Amino acid sequence: MHQFEVQTLWDGFNIGGHQIAFTNSALWMCLTVVVLWLFMLGGMKRQVIPGRWQMLVENFTGFIDSMLAQNIGKEGKKYLPYVFSLFMFILFANILGMLPLAIVGVHPFTFTSHFTVTGVLAILSFSIVLIVGFWKHGLHFFSLFVPHGTPWWLIWLIPVIEFVSFMVRPFSLGLRLFVAMTAGHVLLEVLSSFVINSSNAGAIYGIGIGIPSFVLMIAICALELLVAAIQAYVFALLTSLYINDAEHLH
Amino acid sequence: MDAEAAKLIGAGLAAIGAGMAAIGVGTVFGQFLEGALRNPGAADGQQGRLFIGFAAAELLGLLAFVVAMILIFVA
Repeated sequence: MHQFEVQTLWDGFNIGGHQIAFTNSALWMCLTVVVLWLFMLGGMKRQVIPGRWQMLVENFTGFIDSMLAQNIGKEGKKYLPYVFSLFMFILFANILGMLPLAIVGVHPFTFTSHFTVTGVLAILSFSIVLIVGFWKHGLHFFSLFVPHGTPWWLIWLIPVIEFVSFMVRPFSLGLRLFVAMTAGHVLLEVLSSFVINSSNAGAIYGIGIGIPSFVLMIAICALELLVAAIQAYVFALLTSLYINDAEHLH
Repeated sequence: MDAEAAKLIGAGLAAIGAGMAAIGVGTVFGQFLEGALRNPGAADGQQGRLFIGFAAAELLGLLAFVVAMILIFVA
């Protein structure tokens, strides 16, 4: 699977025996940030009568703002910069990785299809939850593991289950994005190999198998664009839910 | 049976999990639509919960994919 390989573009330097190199993964992260920055710059003109671009950017900010207001309440306002950057970064990364730039010889790299990247994003969200929780509630934060209305004879079991489900959050958060993107790209690769191999086998195979596969591939591409948006939304949504837990303790 | 063959059979069996998750995701969206058509006014407010349910159901299907990938490439 050539498209998932991390390649070194610039050898970089060594720190304690570890090579710190500039890879294609890092290149596409920088590219995502540049595209996102240009996108935001074009829309932050603060015109009284917004143009189309400004409307688009305002739609995105308004969408995240209403999501935070709905899930966290008025305390959610201060997390808007983090959740918004997270959402837009993942969304742009997913969509940039889907671009058919291979036609012009540039192979896009979807860095969200690597667990190292999504794992770090998940740990970032999780540590915000921990820091906010302990900062705001102190040791009272542990009452998160005993929900209201727990019967006394279940007090030995519920905290264990709640603790496990709490600790699993960063894994499930990172894993979901990484696997969804990897699975989508593998699916497209399998379908494209159907098209290429069947066409090479002869005209009858090409018409019988290649063309239906190609039509299916177009449909799956549309589905993958939807998945790219949904996964970014789900990541931001779950982050805001976890922050809500830290803010309000159930 | 050859160990390599057993791995591939296991990876194929893991695909059942993806189908099961498809049932789950279908149930989530189907039930939401059913409720939304009965009371369209309340539907927009519940979209967050819809996607939480979707994310939970989908994660288990994705885990099946992870199991298949581990069996083929890692184990």
